[in-house]
Amino acid sequence: MLKKWIPLLGVAAVCGSLSMPQAAKAEQLTLCWAAWDPANALVELSKDFTTKTGIDMKFEFVPWTSYADRFLNELNSRGKLCDLIIGDSQWLGGAAENGHYVKLNDFFAKEGIKMDDFVPATVVGYSEWPKNTPNYWALPAMGDVVGWTYRKDWFERPELQKEFKAKYGWDLDAPKTYDQLKQIAEFFQKREIDGKTIYGASIYTERGSEGITMGVTNVLYDWGFMYENPKKPYDMNGYVNSPDAVKGLEFYKSLYDCCTPPGSSNVYMVESADAFKSGQVAMQMNFAFTWPGLYKDEKVGGDRIGFFPNPAEKYHFAQLGGQGISVVSYSSKRDAALEYIKWFAQPDVQAKWWQLGGYSCLKSVVDAPSFKSSQPYATAFLESMAIVKDFWAEPSYAELLQAMQKRVHDYVIAGKGTAKEALDDLEKDWTQIFKDDGKI
Amino acid sequence: MTASHETFTDKVADAAIRATPQSVAARVRGLSDRAIAWLFIAPTILLLLAINIFPLFWAVYLSFTNYRANRPNAVVQNVGLGNYSRVLNDPDIWASMQTTAHFVFWTIVLQTLIGFGLAYLIDRKFRGHAFWTTLILIPMMLSPAVVGNFWRFLYEPQIGLFAYAVSFLSGVPTSEIQMLGSVSLAPWAIIIVDTWMWTPYVMLICLAGLRSIPDYIYEAAEVDRASAWRQFWSITVPMALPFIMLAVLFRGIENFKMFDMVNLLTGGGPGSTTEVASIALKRDAFEAWATGRSSAFAIILFVAVFGLANIYVKALNKVKQR
Repeated sequence: MLKKWIPLLGVAAVCGSLSMPQAAKAEQLTLCWAAWDPANALVELSKDFTTKTGIDMKFEFVPWTSYADRFLNELNSRGKLCDLIIGDSQWLGGAAENGHYVKLNDFFAKEGIKMDDFVPATVVGYSEWPKNTPNYWALPAMGDVVGWTYRKDWFERPELQKEFKAKYGWDLDAPKTYDQLKQIAEFFQKREIDGKTIYGASIYTERGSEGITMGVTNVLYDWGFMYENPKKPYDMNGYVNSPDAVKGLEFYKSLYDCCTPPGSSNVYMVESADAFKSGQVAMQMNFAFTWPGLYKDEKVGGDRIGFFPNPAEKYHFAQLGGQGISVVSYSSKRDAALEYIKWFAQPDVQAKWWQLGGYSCLKSVVDAPSFKSSQPYATAFLESMAIVKDFWAEPSYAELLQAMQKRVHDYVIAGKGTAKEALDDLEKDWTQIFKDDGKI
Repeated sequence: MTASHETFTDKVADAAIRATPQSVAARVRGLSDRAIAWLFIAPTILLLLAINIFPLFWAVYLSFTNYRANRPNAVVQNVGLGNYSRVLNDPDIWASMQTTAHFVFWTIVLQTLIGFGLAYLIDRKFRGHAFWTTLILIPMMLSPAVVGNFWRFLYEPQIGLFAYAVSFLSGVPTSEIQMLGSVSLAPWAIIIVDTWMWTPYVMLICLAGLRSIPDYIYEAAEVDRASAWRQFWSITVPMALPFIMLAVLFRGIENFKMFDMVNLLTGGGPGSTTEVASIALKRDAFEAWATGRSSAFAIILFVAVFGLANIYVKALNKVKQR
């Protein structure tokens, strides 16, 4: 009897062994993102997805310094490493036009995922290409924006408050305007606090990737810098280099010259956070994703830290950061990847995402009455997300970014030429890039 | 030729044939020795073709197109000499070439002078010279990544030892000594590090040159009552010159393509002050993704280095022949 069954068992074993690798393959998704605190929160969050669906999650996290290089190479070479990718907002145009991302409109319609349920700025910033059209390539995943942290404990010192009021005529508090911000920065610059020399503010000045652009635009928008004529696309003369934009750039340089710590010529997210954590600066410009970590910091966190959105000038904007999550079109596990997006879009998952340290873009989470009191930085985050503006998301964004990095770094840090010359040159560079692209 | 002699020759030839081992090729399926030799070097040649020659020709091809590596779906068009024209007419690229020339010139001058001076001292064979030689060689043995990061901390205005030492000696506050953030000091910060790291290399080559000078020449000069100064200029320098020139050639080529040190220390900044050609090329190729244009830039750099090196080698040969 047993002999009769042996061949059948053998066939079953062979079939099983042949099908097993495929089954295992389908049960694991690789998600690619930058290596930072929110990524750790996502790992934690995704355990629920695995529990619910049985699909394992594998993560490919790359440091910010090589994030763009690594994953844009992967996409351009049509690699199959990433099934899901949380790609930078600026990549959207190129990824959509080159077919790297799966268009999600039909999927959203089928699953009842509505873009109206998300904060509008994040939909435009992280999902739509062309901008302001209902073509969706990603689900808003991680809301982020440039804002500020300050040393609340220093600001609250009575002797400093008294001295500040006597000098400037207003109470030392989180600034609302750039004039106030600069006055505070000047007040703290090279001041001795607790036996240590401290400085006014840490601002973005990094040359290599996108640092100084993210810092400068954060300020330029408020003076009136615009990427193009709202009525005529790619018409940049008089907008990029408007007199107001020139004044904005001059202000950024003056802030760098007067009030940053020595050796601040190449500062971006990590360096800025380090300057704050080491008690070197009174204020710090940085993306909101750093706030949960700073709040938890034993030396500068808790009651010692305060948060405020980008100050206002003629206008009130802040530079958008953050990313959307997309399905890579070269993935062989598209259905499972879409399953993850469907799961991630659920309100309860989004609520947990915020609790774990991610920044949800879902209205039901951020508009909840308890949201503002859920974290000390929640209000500043909400106010900041309401005023966001983003850099070009054109397919040629990398070239556009490099041009701006060069022009503004040359002026702000190296002191080469004038602000007017820097922005005039930038306008010429950008015009040439769009001409090369055939858009002008 | 006599019959007896022929017999003797034949015998010798027969003995030689018997003594010679059977050809390896003959034993391996009738292949000739030449064929076997080709079989052995073929993988290397194929590898060289694949990773050196093919990319070179591919880059030449790309340099005539508008290809962009981040637009795989875009139609690639032939732009003729357009990329070359743009590179050669770009003032920013000329500025980066000028920066490169500045680095190459000063690093070579400093490394040659200090390297030769150290070699001259070490060659005196004083007590403990082996220890000092080893000590001097240490920087050269370190990885450029380690050296770059190490010096970045040393240059740090607030905690760096370099700033502290300069401040101690000059009385200037450390916060004012911003080697990497200052337009005027940043190029020198890189020159100092490169000189610190590669002077030992120049020293080694010069030392080999000095050790190659036969002692009897100095002995003859002593007999002729030539002064030490005269011996130095008439014997030491001319005889060590080919070695010095070789060191200059190696360092010149290396520093023309200097990348790692600049990237780690300043990233080309502040502004574009230290943006050497290799940094500008990397930005164009892998950050702006202008693949066609950057290929043209790379070809121009290659031709420049190749041409200059050839001229220099001819001069070197002339010096050697004197």
